[in-house]
Amino acid sequence: MATSAEGITTQDPIQGIGCSRKRKEDPRFVQGKGNYVDDVKMTGMVYADIVRSPYAHARIKSINKEKALAVPGVHAVLTADDLKPLKLHWMPTLAGDVQAVLADEKVHMQYQEVAVVIADSRYIAADAVDLVEVEYEPLPVLVDPHKALEPDAPILREDTVGKDNVGQGPRKHPNHIFSWEVGDASATERAFDTAEVSVAQEMYYPRVHPSPLETCGCVASFDKARGHLTVYITSQAPHVVRTVVSLLSGLPESKIRIISPDIGGGFGNKVGIYPGYVTAIVASIVLGRPVKWVEDRMEHLSTTAWARDYWMSGELAADKEGHIKGLRVKVLADHGAFNSHAQPTKWPAGLFSIVTGSYDIPTAYVKVDGVYTNKSPGGVAYRCSFRVTEAVYLIERMMDVLAQKLGMDKAEIRRRNFVKKEQFPYDTALGWQLDSGDYHTALEKVLDAVDYAGLRKEQAEKRAQGELMGIGLVTFTEIVGAGPSKACDILGVGMFDSAEIRVHPTGSVIARMGTITQGQGHQTTYAQIIATELGLPSEDIQIEEGDTDTAPYGLGTYGSRSTPVGGAATAVAARKIHAKAQKIAAHLLEVSENDLEWEVDRFKVKGLPGQEKTMKEIAWAAYNDVPEGMEMGLEAVDYYDPPNFTYPFGVYLCVVDIDKYTGQVHVRRFYALDDCGTRINPMIIEGQIHGGLNEGFAVAMGQELPYDEDGNLMGNTFMDYFIPTFVETPYWETDYTVTPSPHHPLGAKGVAESPHVGSIPCFTSAIVDAFAHLGITHMNMPHNAYRVWKQIHELGLDKRG
Amino acid sequence: MAKQHIMFKLNGQPIDALVEPRELLVYVIRDQLGLTGTHVGCDTSHCGACTVDLNGQSVKSCTVLAIQANKGEVLTVEGLADASGLHALQQSFIDEHGLQCGFCTPGMLVRAYRFLQENPNPSDEEIRVGMAGNLCRCTGYQNIIKAVKSAAQKLQQA
Repeated sequence: MATSAEGITTQDPIQGIGCSRKRKEDPRFVQGKGNYVDDVKMTGMVYADIVRSPYAHARIKSINKEKALAVPGVHAVLTADDLKPLKLHWMPTLAGDVQAVLADEKVHMQYQEVAVVIADSRYIAADAVDLVEVEYEPLPVLVDPHKALEPDAPILREDTVGKDNVGQGPRKHPNHIFSWEVGDASATERAFDTAEVSVAQEMYYPRVHPSPLETCGCVASFDKARGHLTVYITSQAPHVVRTVVSLLSGLPESKIRIISPDIGGGFGNKVGIYPGYVTAIVASIVLGRPVKWVEDRMEHLSTTAWARDYWMSGELAADKEGHIKGLRVKVLADHGAFNSHAQPTKWPAGLFSIVTGSYDIPTAYVKVDGVYTNKSPGGVAYRCSFRVTEAVYLIERMMDVLAQKLGMDKAEIRRRNFVKKEQFPYDTALGWQLDSGDYHTALEKVLDAVDYAGLRKEQAEKRAQGELMGIGLVTFTEIVGAGPSKACDILGVGMFDSAEIRVHPTGSVIARMGTITQGQGHQTTYAQIIATELGLPSEDIQIEEGDTDTAPYGLGTYGSRSTPVGGAATAVAARKIHAKAQKIAAHLLEVSENDLEWEVDRFKVKGLPGQEKTMKEIAWAAYNDVPEGMEMGLEAVDYYDPPNFTYPFGVYLCVVDIDKYTGQVHVRRFYALDDCGTRINPMIIEGQIHGGLNEGFAVAMGQELPYDEDGNLMGNTFMDYFIPTFVETPYWETDYTVTPSPHHPLGAKGVAESPHVGSIPCFTSAIVDAFAHLGITHMNMPHNAYRVWKQIHELGLDKRG
Repeated sequence: MAKQHIMFKLNGQPIDALVEPRELLVYVIRDQLGLTGTHVGCDTSHCGACTVDLNGQSVKSCTVLAIQANKGEVLTVEGLADASGLHALQQSFIDEHGLQCGFCTPGMLVRAYRFLQENPNPSDEEIRVGMAGNLCRCTGYQNIIKAVKSAAQKLQQA
């Protein structure tokens, strides 16, 4: 376990685990030499642009392509009727449903894909999109998910009428997608029946969009002569894309090459397969030319995967001292027009059942119902592991609500209910086994660092003066690193990940993984893992990902799975090489393997100074002098199927001051302590935490995709959709503890999503806390100035008349 | 659409181009002239990924017509480094971990290049205001502020 390596200087020649190594990716990026999808240019390449529906729900009466086809430079206009003979007008989703590639007789949401235009340039394609004439007959629109299951609700998905299952179990209404239950309903009911105290709270987690700075796109190139398809694509899971494209097109995977080049941020948005990709691929096969499709920001925010949209009700049962006896949660989930929720197949609500959080809760019950509405389809995890954000939000809010009911401090209620250090591994009431944790230590460290008692004293003084100051506290546990194949698969493929490492004769290394970096710095950190395991300098270790022709099959990067799964595969593959190297060293030194000990970069004969072989020397020998019966070469592959998820945790504290005249919230302080187990590159970890906190700030304070009653999306550009600038963004303070995962080969747990998951309820906790003395227990996000101002006025706090 | 002949300097090199009057500067730089460091993020001038320097001012090249650059001087991220190596800002962004996915980085660097000429010795607050036209989804900005500040110090000492 390399936890003590923290603080190794950057002068260390190995630059292994624990070192804040500068990123290998950066020299290209700072010189504008990245290679993102829209930078890919191919000979004969043409451009796709999409005709989209202005209506949320309508029947298509006719489509007239003539004027568009008459524009010089337009090669084709494709509609569902053109894709039908190929059976590509619908495609399967990752959640067992189907989604229209191009609208088939009906549109189910505003901006739905109706036709695709292929032309010589972006400009000509956009001109022609305007000339495609589509006649619609508007239908009644369903926007409110609460009305979806009413007997007279408009029926959206005529294609699923009569089906009692659309991929995730029995359903009870044409607009119903699934019911998912977990836990012991009757034991939970008994806990509530006999509880001394109980609390209940309704809350809405708005529909938000990850919105990476690069939108989605692809360049598809079908080589008719070779029958070979190459697709450059903004994908967090290129190998899965290849499998799906193979299943859809009938081409063997060996004739499909998917390349995720540099990706300009993903945050969960780039996991799914979108109609634009499919139309570009089909157009390339039809035309025999490379086809580029890159969406604009409005298309991105309107149609690609969003997250959340959960209407949640939580209840806690407890005794008078605040010890929790039971948790009950009910959720209404709005999945939009198609269930294209990206999650492991068996989990209709993702890993939402981590909702018992960091607490020792003896019994719990969760029920989630998913419904269709006339909105864009989804959702995905937005910088979190499959609905963990919603779960953490719910339990952390409920802890505050219970503390308020009991008149107890929100730190104390957590102390009393934490899973204790000695209880790990801890089996939760909803079926997870938390691998390791030390919640009490982390909490006390944060409370000391911020002088919590002092802050509470200041708050009491401010309240006496009529000022609004709030303190938010969150003590979250995440579940990441999906996942054990017995629990998790995508389209039937187990959620392992992979690494293939080759050591060359001179001791340099090339390694390829099934994951794909989108800013996390894999080219830097994977090399650090190999460097430590093999004693070869990071600088000589080349990492490649994202090309399905060269990288081993892996499930990709999302759900904080790269370090827990890909990092584990890397360590195990390196250990296989290490074991072979030891045999070669023993052969070269003419001793038994057991006589050798490893030190940084070499094997030494115990008790015989000077008798040693470095890994570089062994690498050379691997290609010319190996023990009899051993095959030459020095390489290994590992497909790592994790025995469990990992459970990073953290304690976040936020202090806000609220202007009681404008409702403006000023984040005075944000202190984030994270425990992600073994820390591979502290610089990169801190960067990931800063970024995750900022995305959490965005969600809590301003992001939402609102729809009007006709299903018009009311905020789908950066004019309306909140992305914090330098000016709004608070200053972040970070801290850490280290509690290694007992089952991960390196003890590492994954980190990049924790700050998003943990910070969002922390902002709400702080803002509600500013009003808690006035009886407020919850306020729904986003906490923009207008909504906070409304709260102030409902309470009559602005007394200027 | 009839094309217009325009001439401008791009990173010090003279450029002749035939463009439609409606063509945006960013697409001429990226698609026609092949410099793909300048990115398109939002199409509405909000994100700043397309920031270039036009005649000594930071502009969002997704909302500037290419013909507006006629007879002008344009600097993109590709023009920051010179024969002696990386610009101080480029090195500081690497040293302070001021980038992650790299998509906003070219625009950030070009904006910071101009900003440090407007204000060679900025405070953190001044950097926050001066750089507010450039969005980043990855870094939370804090390390970019450190990088700009560190580059300012290096440039002052140079």
